[in-house]
Amino acid sequence: MKELFRRAPKAFTPGEQTRDQDTPDNMWVKCPSCGDLTYHKQLRDNLKVCKCGHHMRLSAVEWQGLFDSESFTEEDGNIAPLDPLNFVSPKDNYAQKLRDSQLQTGLYDAMISGNASIMGQALQVTITEFDFIGGSMGSVFGEKIARAAERAYDRRVPLLTINASGGARMHEGVLALMQLPKVNLTLARLGTIGMPHISLMTDPCYGGVLASYASVADIIIAEPGARIGFAGRRVIEQTIRQKLPANFQSAEFMLEHGMIDMVVPRNDLRSTLGRLFKLYTMRDADASPLPADV
Amino acid sequence: MKTPFSAWDKVQISRHVQRPRTLDYVRVLCEDFFEFHGDRRFADDAAIVAGVGRIEGQSVVIIGHQKGRDTRENMRRNFGMPKPEGYRKAMRLFHHAEKFALPVICLIDTPGADPSMESESRGQGNAIAENILIMAQLRTPIVSLVIGEGGSGGALAIGVTDRILMLEHSVYSVAAPEASAAILWRDSSKAPDAAKTMRITAQDLKDMNIIDTIIPEPEGGAHNDADATIRRAGVTIMQNIDALNALPTSVLLDQRYQKYRVMGAIKTMPTNQSSNGEPLSFL
Repeated sequence: MKELFRRAPKAFTPGEQTRDQDTPDNMWVKCPSCGDLTYHKQLRDNLKVCKCGHHMRLSAVEWQGLFDSESFTEEDGNIAPLDPLNFVSPKDNYAQKLRDSQLQTGLYDAMISGNASIMGQALQVTITEFDFIGGSMGSVFGEKIARAAERAYDRRVPLLTINASGGARMHEGVLALMQLPKVNLTLARLGTIGMPHISLMTDPCYGGVLASYASVADIIIAEPGARIGFAGRRVIEQTIRQKLPANFQSAEFMLEHGMIDMVVPRNDLRSTLGRLFKLYTMRDADASPLPADV
Repeated sequence: MKTPFSAWDKVQISRHVQRPRTLDYVRVLCEDFFEFHGDRRFADDAAIVAGVGRIEGQSVVIIGHQKGRDTRENMRRNFGMPKPEGYRKAMRLFHHAEKFALPVICLIDTPGADPSMESESRGQGNAIAENILIMAQLRTPIVSLVIGEGGSGGALAIGVTDRILMLEHSVYSVAAPEASAAILWRDSSKAPDAAKTMRITAQDLKDMNIIDTIIPEPEGGAHNDADATIRRAGVTIMQNIDALNALPTSVLLDQRYQKYRVMGAIKTMPTNQSSNGEPLSFL
């Protein structure tokens, strides 16, 4: 009977979010790793990397500073989620959860995508917003990556995905799961024109993201200390009934086990990406920068 | 079709110890069959059965999850939860099918991919992702049938197919109900609630246009007449393979692309999203 009285939450309109960035109330930021306090401006100047080397998580907007200045243009910014299962449980209401996350982040869902350039190289880019339901991969997330890959194909440019995600969006059920094949299909097509996909794994990358586009990229770069895995640590510990070693599923562990290509500190990322992309798009300095038409 | 079973009932039926498993399908449907072993890289994983056989005179590749019927067999088969080597064995058979132009039949019956330290160390996520990528481009027809439970990426790793069929009382979910409840509410005992809320039955998935066909089961479930269920499923599988065999490869691949490309629930808004906050300066 309770459902009869359940009102759909008020529709979200961009601009009504409450997060106020002009007057940060936390002038000093505590590092979750070493516990030291750093003045917030100093921390931003250091790309939110603590003196101890801990890489703090960035928002999707903060990541946009990775690109050449003023080069980022958002695309597909008007795609928003639905509640396909009418997900309501005694503890959880997806429509309300969406609205809360939309108010908190100003985004419709956990993804910002568009085109940009790095050291002059034009790219399609996707950036996850972890603060939006753990960066979970639902229909909007999948659709934006698919469109970015299709645009990269049409424009004959590389694709960069910047990833932080806990896995599939449980509240969208099998529709969320089906985003895995959807994005991989578009990436397979991008591969046919010889344009690379670089996946940047930041903390954390789990579940559906790891089991689809992020781990079949042509080049996989991880940030130091990023946690990367298919099954979550808690799930594995419960299954095997013992504690896992501290470095298990870290970027460094994944590098050692052959699952990623390199671990790159944040302040080297821009030049690393710029140089890497150049190797594929300018293969012969005397020849045309792009492969011949197929 | 009206059924008195709840979603949670169906989860129980889909896991029934006498429910027909992949090797039962092989026994009933195949005129001849050889099981192939190993991923040629590390090991053979008994949680996945893969091989080449003949059904109605047509040579086919068959790949399926395999659960056990008793504790000893379940230990050997890891309760139908494949490790990376299992998925890489499947990958080998996908390539095999393409090389010899054989259609592929995938039988799905897993609670999910094996969650363990060894599987993580050998790249469980990567093994699943690679299979999804390979099935997406496979130049031969591929049909899947969910015969029991289809759990998460562990099911999808052999489930990206031109046609997705489900038995009437099978289930397919983004994570097994116990795992879903643990992730959503940190309480795996709420699995019956998760089963209901997350719309995991064949009927739900047909309504959402995710699957193509539901294959009816005998009263009470497939275990009550396994051979009849399998033969009925076999007829539908082979009808689909015949239809797909008639398509030129380019059409087959285009249709597969479109099938998955349209999946998802989204809407288009009049205005763009607008996050506040400032980019950092990497320059």
